[in-house]
Amino acid sequence: MNWITKLYYQARRVWKAISVYLIIAGPGLVVMVADNDAGGITTYAATGAKYGYNLIWFLVILGPVAYYVQEMTVRLGAVTKRGHAEAIFDGFGAFWGWFSLLDLILVDWLTLVTEFIGMTAALKIFGIPGWLTVTVVCSLMGFMVINGRYWTWEKLSLMFCALNLIYIPAAFLVHPSVKDIIGHGIIPNFPGGFNGELFFFLMANIGTTIAPWMLFFQQSSVVDKGLKEKDILFGKLDTVIGAVATVVVAVFIVIVTGTVLNGVDIDDAAQASKLLMQTHHYAGEFMAIGLFDAGLLGAICISLASSWAFGEIFGWAHSLNNKIKEAPWFYLNYFITLISAGLVVLIPGAPLVLITLFVQVVAVTLLPAALVFLILLLNDKTTMGEYANTLTNNIINGGIVAIIIVLSTLYGVSTLFPNLFG
Amino acid sequence: MSLGHAFKVMAFRNVGKVRAINRRYANPRLIMSPATRWALLGLRLYLFSLVGLLAYKFITLVVH
Repeated sequence: MNWITKLYYQARRVWKAISVYLIIAGPGLVVMVADNDAGGITTYAATGAKYGYNLIWFLVILGPVAYYVQEMTVRLGAVTKRGHAEAIFDGFGAFWGWFSLLDLILVDWLTLVTEFIGMTAALKIFGIPGWLTVTVVCSLMGFMVINGRYWTWEKLSLMFCALNLIYIPAAFLVHPSVKDIIGHGIIPNFPGGFNGELFFFLMANIGTTIAPWMLFFQQSSVVDKGLKEKDILFGKLDTVIGAVATVVVAVFIVIVTGTVLNGVDIDDAAQASKLLMQTHHYAGEFMAIGLFDAGLLGAICISLASSWAFGEIFGWAHSLNNKIKEAPWFYLNYFITLISAGLVVLIPGAPLVLITLFVQVVAVTLLPAALVFLILLLNDKTTMGEYANTLTNNIINGGIVAIIIVLSTLYGVSTLFPNLFG
Repeated sequence: MSLGHAFKVMAFRNVGKVRAINRRYANPRLIMSPATRWALLGLRLYLFSLVGLLAYKFITLVVH
């Protein structure tokens, strides 16, 4: 009888831990899944089409990389109760603060335009005109925030995160060879030798894994949710689960395009959807739905990252728990960013390709700064106390940050000078 | 109150706000250890060279 009692209490403990996790879950999961935004889906689709399953191992490595970087924002947010923009102003002064804030606003807005490009392209496949997509998306995102509750916004976002898993059934529909996936994808290899083109693809995948807005978004989200020091462990778990989800989605996209479109040059995910639909109708449709969802998730997070940052610095009320009347500037900023980005996509002859390329270049002017500030802030023992970076943290995170800075810079520079790496 | 006047009031208020922010964050709170100073110097050089590259690209695009 004793073992039944023990089992009962053990089950209750596990259930309690799961319940606590479900309350705390959100920022890490949302930011990680939203990392697979419209640009990310295009990169993964193009990677699978170009190199088949051969670079799956590389995507798997990027999971821990994303986790280690994002985990630092959980600690910083929970301990300081400040967003990343405010932490930079406070820690490094007005010069670096303004630089980060204005660069973030520019990068976020440009990235938001690329999310709208992805969403309109995805729904055009189903015959939905661009103006209708932009209107519906802006209305939906407006509905998500105006109810004045962080909780509602987060749960709706998690629902869209779940839709991101649509690539898993899509992969089953194209009947990939498990033997080939394991044989070619798991063991690290450089298909066709290490050349300029492969290097560009590797850099592009890194560039989509860590973006400046992710750091600002997760830290502000942790603060808005009200996570405390005691919640850091669950916040980290949330980020781990998010990192696993993002890698799983990326791998399944590569499996879909690697199976059906192997050897085809892909310019964007919408093109991949159309090509897929010629042979695997439903897989192509799933790809298009996934692209729309990815763009929407990206837009949901990016527009908030900017508004939170502005609110923190200008001292406006800036919580999703505030009603519009209580935080008018926060919501005004949110809607201006959102609607203006949506309208750009509708301008006939707008330089959308140029904007997409420009995002990569501008992002590398902010990412290294944000990452360096993150490491330095995490080493501030006066503020962080026992949650400051340990030596091991610094070795791992410092190494990752150094590699990301070098590769993302090379990616940005190679976007400016396409023939740089042959 | 005309729209122009309202805009002027808003602009003045925001300029005042920016000045207040600059005053509030005039001195970095973080202790500037040699490592921090080197990191910030490296960052300035990095950004300087990147902006230089962007300017070079822009000029070559305009010239051609």
